[in-house]
Amino acid sequence: MRGVFLFSAVFSIIALVTITVFLFASGVPFIAKTGFTKFLFGSDWIPLADTPSYGIFPMIVASLYVTALSVVIGIGIGLFTAIALYRFCPRRLVAPIRQMINLLAGIPSVIYGLFGMTVIVPFIRDYISPSGVGYGILSASLVLGVMILPTIVSVSLDALTGVPNTYYEGALALGASKEQATFKIMLPAAKSGMLAGVVLAIGRAIGETMAVIMVIGGSPEMPESLFQSVRTLTANIAMGAMESSGDTLAALIATGVVLFVFTLILNISFSVLKRDKSDKHTEKKRKWGTKK
Amino acid sequence: MRKLYSALKYASIAALMISLVALMAVVAYVLINGVEKLSLNFVFGEYHPDAPTLLPALIGTLELVAIAAIIAVPIGVASAVFLVEYTRNKGTLVKIIQVATETLAGIPSIVYGLFGYLIFVVAFGWGYSIIGGGITLAIMILPTIVRSTQESLLSVQEGLREGAYALGTSKVRTIFKIVLPSAAGGIVTAVILAIGRVISESAVLILTIGMVVNKVPESLMAPGTSLALDIYYFANHGRPDEAAAAAVVLLVLVVLLNLLAGWVGKLIKKSTYGEAK
Repeated sequence: MRGVFLFSAVFSIIALVTITVFLFASGVPFIAKTGFTKFLFGSDWIPLADTPSYGIFPMIVASLYVTALSVVIGIGIGLFTAIALYRFCPRRLVAPIRQMINLLAGIPSVIYGLFGMTVIVPFIRDYISPSGVGYGILSASLVLGVMILPTIVSVSLDALTGVPNTYYEGALALGASKEQATFKIMLPAAKSGMLAGVVLAIGRAIGETMAVIMVIGGSPEMPESLFQSVRTLTANIAMGAMESSGDTLAALIATGVVLFVFTLILNISFSVLKRDKSDKHTEKKRKWGTKK
Repeated sequence: MRKLYSALKYASIAALMISLVALMAVVAYVLINGVEKLSLNFVFGEYHPDAPTLLPALIGTLELVAIAAIIAVPIGVASAVFLVEYTRNKGTLVKIIQVATETLAGIPSIVYGLFGYLIFVVAFGWGYSIIGGGITLAIMILPTIVRSTQESLLSVQEGLREGAYALGTSKVRTIFKIVLPSAAGGIVTAVILAIGRVISESAVLILTIGMVVNKVPESLMAPGTSLALDIYYFANHGRPDEAAAAAVVLLVLVVLLNLLAGWVGKLIKKSTYGEAK
């Protein structure tokens, strides 16, 4: 029986190795053939031309823009939302709101995409965009920003409630106002937990496909404005794979490799952050002898 | 300085309002536009090009859930049992497995889709198929199941195990008769939530099951569609109302699964511990 359990446990490793090997075995030779810098920093993606060119730099830039902007939106609102729920919201509303936000976290991303496509894109096209294009980085970032909100709120709220209440009481005893105690004492103390939430949100934003391809437009062009049809790395894979063969497929896999490496880096920084946090907690315990 | 902080306080209350309004707007939009399109015929009727229905998607979704669960649940639970019961969550192998599952959990779903495409559609030559999508989804939800099962197993009291051993019960029997039943609430909850992820997923599926929306798949080897994929298809083919209606069905399913998860977890806990207390 032990063998069965052991095999199941090793299955995750096998799966990970298979995925990695498959992707790298088909992707890396293509990158090598195209030329590393030409692939990563080339600005022309013309896979169907007579002399095809595979440069994914526009997609990398678009992915970074969309991720950065959506995380700024999501964190700006999400962090403050968590603080409001933590301190400035009537007690008996907190639990139901929390439950609702958890439920909203389960909304499938394709529904956010639908909302973006039918509400946000037309709105931006008609009222905000100077170029008359609704698709683009701003639409995608708004949709993603809202999509990652529930994650950020619940992680930040967990981090805040994890801070011992004695910190808060101590600050009040020293004459701080409630707001000062919250923003100057509790917030910094919850910093590392919140940072983990931020990394999590970045990972979700950079890896999201469906919500993005429905609002980003999809032209493989260098992003020059927020209101212009562009393509992210994920959109490149999804849109290309539906109409591709041969060398194009290899190019898409190579795109997948780049995305994979991006998320690996994020994963590693996430676990480093987590380790940092647990170190700090034990250190605190030793120092102050606080009991949880 | 105090003024600044009370300004921050109002900013955070405003942020809370914005969050709630934004998230509710998504739900409200779907409900308002989708509900009037909903009818028994739209959900369960025969597909017709002029009057598309969700029947192929419903069947496809069910098949995907079944395949993913049949593969991922036994492997995931057994994997967690090994990690918790046989190695006490320590050692090099455990660490490697932990890193592997964490990495798997962080891979974007489109990369899973790409992998599924490469291995099932191209390498195995199956073409687009429900089963290829189902297996890919199984690999995708595996880390979640492993992790939550691990947590439920760790929360089983040590005394239960020791009691069983003291009565001369073998390790395997203890696991199946004592530990797993005690952890059942958490495990079932985890499985239900994983099923929720399967029915919400679409990026994996556009690359693996082919998005054939107009036909009920004849077999598991046939291409098909899912509810989430139907939303994308309808939205992209000038049928936003049908997309919203499909979204209502999907939302209702997701919410029901979430509620079910909470309810089942509580129920099993009660039936396991209820009498003792």
